[in-house]
Amino acid sequence: MDLATFAVQLLNGVQYGLVLFLVASGLTLVFGILGVINLAHGAFYMLGAYVAYWLTLKTGSFFAAIIGGVAIAFVAGLLLESLFIKRLYGRDHLAQVLLSYGLILVLDEVRQILFGKDVHSVAAPEFLRGSFRLTDNLSYQNYRLAICLFCLAVAAVVFFVIAKTRVGMIVRAAAENRDMTRALGIRSDRVNRLVFATGIALAALGGIVVAPLSTVYPGMGDQMLILSFVVVVLGGIGSVAGAAIGALLIGLADTFGQVLIPSAASISIYVVMAAVLLWRPNGILGARDL
Amino acid sequence: MTVLKATRRDLLKGAAAASLAGALPMPAIGQGAPLKIGLMLPYTGTFAKLGKFIDDGFRLNVEQAGGKLGGRAVEYVQLDDESEPGKATDNMNRLVGRDKVDVVVGTVHSGVVMAMAKIAKDTNTMLVVPNAGANDVTRAMCAPNIWRTSFSNWQPCFPMGKVMYDAGHRNIMTITWRYAAGLEDVEAIKESFVKLGGKITEELYLPFPQVEFQALITQIAQKKPDAVFAFFAGGGAVKFVKDYAAAGLRTSIPLYGPGFLTDGTLPAQGPDAEGIKTTLHYADDLDNPANKAFLAAFKQKTGQEGDVYAVQGFDAAALLNVGLTATKGDFAAKDAMYAAMRAAKIDSPRGPISFSRANNVVQNIYLREAKGGLNRYVSVAHADLADPALGCRASS
Repeated sequence: MDLATFAVQLLNGVQYGLVLFLVASGLTLVFGILGVINLAHGAFYMLGAYVAYWLTLKTGSFFAAIIGGVAIAFVAGLLLESLFIKRLYGRDHLAQVLLSYGLILVLDEVRQILFGKDVHSVAAPEFLRGSFRLTDNLSYQNYRLAICLFCLAVAAVVFFVIAKTRVGMIVRAAAENRDMTRALGIRSDRVNRLVFATGIALAALGGIVVAPLSTVYPGMGDQMLILSFVVVVLGGIGSVAGAAIGALLIGLADTFGQVLIPSAASISIYVVMAAVLLWRPNGILGARDL
Repeated sequence: MTVLKATRRDLLKGAAAASLAGALPMPAIGQGAPLKIGLMLPYTGTFAKLGKFIDDGFRLNVEQAGGKLGGRAVEYVQLDDESEPGKATDNMNRLVGRDKVDVVVGTVHSGVVMAMAKIAKDTNTMLVVPNAGANDVTRAMCAPNIWRTSFSNWQPCFPMGKVMYDAGHRNIMTITWRYAAGLEDVEAIKESFVKLGGKITEELYLPFPQVEFQALITQIAQKKPDAVFAFFAGGGAVKFVKDYAAAGLRTSIPLYGPGFLTDGTLPAQGPDAEGIKTTLHYADDLDNPANKAFLAAFKQKTGQEGDVYAVQGFDAAALLNVGLTATKGDFAAKDAMYAAMRAAKIDSPRGPISFSRANNVVQNIYLREAKGGLNRYVSVAHADLADPALGCRASS
């Protein structure tokens, strides 16, 4: 592999990793702070993509799709939390898995009723539709580059909120010790609701921004869910920074796995995960015991 | 006590006699009773649309024959296989054991169909496969009671070797998912392309059903083959074709593949699929009376445009009709029925079809080009192509 190709593959890996981060950050928040295993995370990713398709079709504007889709997901998250999820805090993980698995089935049926089962594509915003030359015969979509920047921006916002704001401080405290936080008089129910809705919104946002690249189709959330869990476990449950590192690691492992050892491409990310967990059983930045 | 015993024994004897008596006149009743057809198809999940179209196609053909096959009324038992190989054995057993269907029509997913074929073979239940292409169904697993009206994975891909060679390509790369259908497809094109003197410089594989193609597309750009042979389906096909075009390779390194790369996916692929040449046993604009009549009737029945899957379902019923017509609706006369089906010459919407010694459909493979949202007929890539049926020993 010459240097130019290596650089392109590096770019591919980083871009894939950034998208993974966007989706997985929501999962790690919900998992780490609320202690809830949300298997329906991937389903919200899929639903986000379908909403993006639908809103782009109706309004002709991809930005309307981003804003509308995130708003819908956020409200759905608030409702779900206050109706169902809040009953699960501190409960057995099995109950959470059952509920969120049920949610997958319901969301899939909702998708079926609202959008049918066809494969759709979503047009990227007009000004990002072009591409630029990377090598003599390889072009790179502007939109892919835009996604990189967008994911970085979202990551920066998430980090800022968590590190510098009062809400972030409560979230960090809750991740560290939920019971103590509550004992200190923090209105944990409100924070919980906010965190859950944000997690869902981030999943949907991932689906929306990926839609123009990835096409929109029924089982698209399943694989993303598995990858997100890999990223979360790898980075350390509840750690957003860990998720960022984990996502980049997975993105690079997958890309270079396919290129360098194609026959083992399907297991490359799991080998990386196993190796990291041997070294740090709680994940790269994980503090809490599983 | 002894008295009681004797009574019980008598009772059992009586019951046995009664059940025998019930069973004896069966063949006579059998002809009057409706033929029970088990439709084991994916009615939910990724392949739901395919399952629905096969179902619609099958029923359309039966309706056109007056709601009967060979003069015999038909009764359907529908079962959703969810394209789930893990549930295939139970599902098939339910149709064969509990519902006691005469014939099973199914399915789309190759993993599911292999489990179905095994049970069909063990229980000698008639199976008509209206889609799944796993070569083995009509090779190692072949049996007098197992039929296929769709294709073997080998069939649409084998002619592509010649098509690509004739187009002047000598060094090509292949890309697909690493799973049974992908591997069989690549094997088939390799067989014909290498025999002609071409070279496959590299075979690229992704884990199924991954759709992150960027790394491998970068490799294609770097290696610069003359052309690329790709097999993906559904959402994967849409994304691959779009990613390939977005990488700027569509015009510099032409893309070829079996028809599934662009079938049912053109609306989503849009202009990015324009000009892609594929081989399949059907084209959207096949100019023959049977196809025109079929498309019109299908549209009238369902309000949708018929496609290759609907045709495969349609022909499954047509094949059964040939067999049952020969025996005047007597499903018990298996030998005569199978013989008639083996000799069948059906004027299908896809052109003339017949059946090989392994009971796999023999058909034209067409070269098509994606143009303006349709897979348009270009030429006959290979006329009357029969699967080689390697390893099929149950010839009859």
